[in-house]
Amino acid sequence: MTKIVVVTSGKGGVGKTTTSAAIATGLAMRGYKTTVIDFDVGLRNLDLIMGCERRVVYDLVNVINGDSNLKQALIKDKRVDDLFILPASQTRDKDALTLEGVEKVLQGLIELGMDYVICDSPAGIEKGALTAAYFADEAIVVTNPEVSSVRDSDRILGILSSKTRKAERGEGDIPARLLLTRYSPQRVERGEMLSVEDVQDILAIELLGVIPESQAVLNASNSGAPVILEGESDAGQAYEDAVGRFLGEDRAHRFLTANKKSLFGRLFGGQ
Amino acid sequence: MGIFSYLLPKKNSSASVAKERLQIIVARERSTRGGPDYLPQLQEELLAVVRKYVPVDQDAVMVQVDRESGCEILELNITLPEHEEQGRQA
Repeated sequence: MTKIVVVTSGKGGVGKTTTSAAIATGLAMRGYKTTVIDFDVGLRNLDLIMGCERRVVYDLVNVINGDSNLKQALIKDKRVDDLFILPASQTRDKDALTLEGVEKVLQGLIELGMDYVICDSPAGIEKGALTAAYFADEAIVVTNPEVSSVRDSDRILGILSSKTRKAERGEGDIPARLLLTRYSPQRVERGEMLSVEDVQDILAIELLGVIPESQAVLNASNSGAPVILEGESDAGQAYEDAVGRFLGEDRAHRFLTANKKSLFGRLFGGQ
Repeated sequence: MGIFSYLLPKKNSSASVAKERLQIIVARERSTRGGPDYLPQLQEELLAVVRKYVPVDQDAVMVQVDRESGCEILELNITLPEHEEQGRQA
């Protein structure tokens, strides 16, 4: 049984692609056959984050239009077995992304025996985002602890509860879980940043994970390796925890508190 | 900063301001969520009609659609000002 998961947020730049790459890689590392699809037609970037930009020959729209078959377009990851990338096209014609076409692609991935298909949604609430979410069985809502991101996430939750295929068929809301990224416990303790509890109070959905603001994320995208492969880094470990929770494991949340300074440092050091 | 930051009341932190603002705007946006697309225009036009007779504020007319066991209920809530008779005579 293939599970289709949309990674979405409404707002741009909050970490959807970083998250899609990390979660897909984490699932494949555990032996689940996984494909991650870039739905951001016209602005593809998942290929860069996954480090396979020079291996792109065919893309999602090529498959939909019948220019290539699915197997030709899938890029097999060189580091992790069971991990495949389906890039977005760079064409500006967004109408190429039809629901029928996407359904056909997903059907093909189901027939290839995928355990998980991760759909990396574009920002916004336009057709691309709606198409990425339409067939999903489950959603990961990526949010920054910041007012515009939280508000947009709430809008996306509203859309998820009415505009997916399951919602249209009257099968109810798909489960949506919160992934809070770029979290800075130091700033939360100083009262400068919404805390994880604040965001949960407002969005009222289950917490999948908290990814700390980390240098490792930029390092990972610089080198084209999903951050979850940086097993030593805080962000890599936080994503690994999130993958565990995604699969139903009970894992305590880490990286939620700042490293305590000495009394001297706290009295005189300021911040 | 240092020792003085402990003396400052936490209530005034920018994070708590952010949370309050978010709670208000999110609650307002949720109340119109999932409703038909004509709701905002309906609200405008109702407001214009009410204002022909009573001077009311911009947010005096609330329009909401609720779904209950298969039927939809259009709920109108119009708040009149306290000195409503004076308004009518004017």
